Amino acid sequence: MEDRENKDRAARDAAWAKPVDRLRVSGVPDGALNLNVEGRQLTGPLRGFGKMWQKTYRVRLDGVEATPQEVIAAWKENFSKFWPEGNAFYGPLTGIAPGEVAVLNLSMPGRIPLSTGVMVIFADEESFTFMTPQGHMLAAWITFSAFEEDDTKVVQVQALLRATDPLSEIGLRLFGHKSEDEFWRHTLKALAAHFGVTASVEQQVTCVDPRLQWSQAGNIWHSAALRTPLYAPVHWLRRMIRRS
Amino acid sequence: MPQSQVKMDVRKVTPQASVIDIEGDVTAFSENVLMDAYTDASSDGANSIILNFSNLDYMNSSGIGLLVTLLIRAQRQGQSLLAYGLSDHYRQIFELTRLNEAISCYAGEADAVAAASNGR
Repeated sequence: MEDRENKDRAARDAAWAKPVDRLRVSGVPDGALNLNVEGRQLTGPLRGFGKMWQKTYRVRLDGVEATPQEVIAAWKENFSKFWPEGNAFYGPLTGIAPGEVAVLNLSMPGRIPLSTGVMVIFADEESFTFMTPQGHMLAAWITFSAFEEDDTKVVQVQALLRATDPLSEIGLRLFGHKSEDEFWRHTLKALAAHFGVTASVEQQVTCVDPRLQWSQAGNIWHSAALRTPLYAPVHWLRRMIRRS
Repeated sequence: MPQSQVKMDVRKVTPQASVIDIEGDVTAFSENVLMDAYTDASSDGANSIILNFSNLDYMNSSGIGLLVTLLIRAQRQGQSLLAYGLSDHYRQIFELTRLNEAISCYAGEADAVAAASNGR
């Protein structure tokens, strides 16, 4: 009995990643723009600059028989396929597992490319959580989960976030919130469609902390939004030289 | 929605500090219990809230998120948030999530209460 409890506890503890000083990237495919992740530290909402928001997006999978565990398994397996076109998630071959680091290639307004990443800090059968590194425009934790509510499966994206730096805060206020909302609404609709459901997305936004953290204004030094357009041409040039 | 599997009791340990004893699992479903305990702990004007994790069974990432919202709420009230009784595993999680930079962690209640009395 005690042995089983210890095994259960070990399994639950294994859902968490181990602390890391710096992120290490591996297994990124050749076509990916791999910038602003290797060697970066994790940040999270406590180290961000802007107002802190909690954003929750939910969709109800009416009539779907799959268990929450099966929904999460499908989500992990097809994670980037549910994203809007023009955005790529280059995860490790081992999939979405605690401690793994993924490179993101995102399309910003004006089709400006942005390379950043996330680390999987938690993953079990019913949920998984990403934490962002220095330079990501959002200092955030984003949790993806599935559960039963009133005999219906519900899938949810919940982000706890601050803009990382003053530039990101301006961007978030001007267009970022709208873009992010559209991004996750698209993702949840695509996930619902995967299970044969046409669903509307419920959204709840709460300002957890209206204060700006001016002590974190220096985060702009690592800004992926500024660095990607600067370093991307060098990155492509090096790749062409290596190939030739 | 699954029921909360956590119990939280509040004790006043000094005129300025209250302890919240946490027993069970801290997950997304613990929000109401945690916020009610915080309101109770703050009701007598405590300026330090000490979280006792000695009987914590499990905490997932949503539970950590709840601690962040609790931290912000306490900071906006001018209160400090302290913790003790964390296992090595959860100390590592506090380190991973940077919570250890905002919530001071102590080995036992006496140390946490002393720190609260010293205004840390």
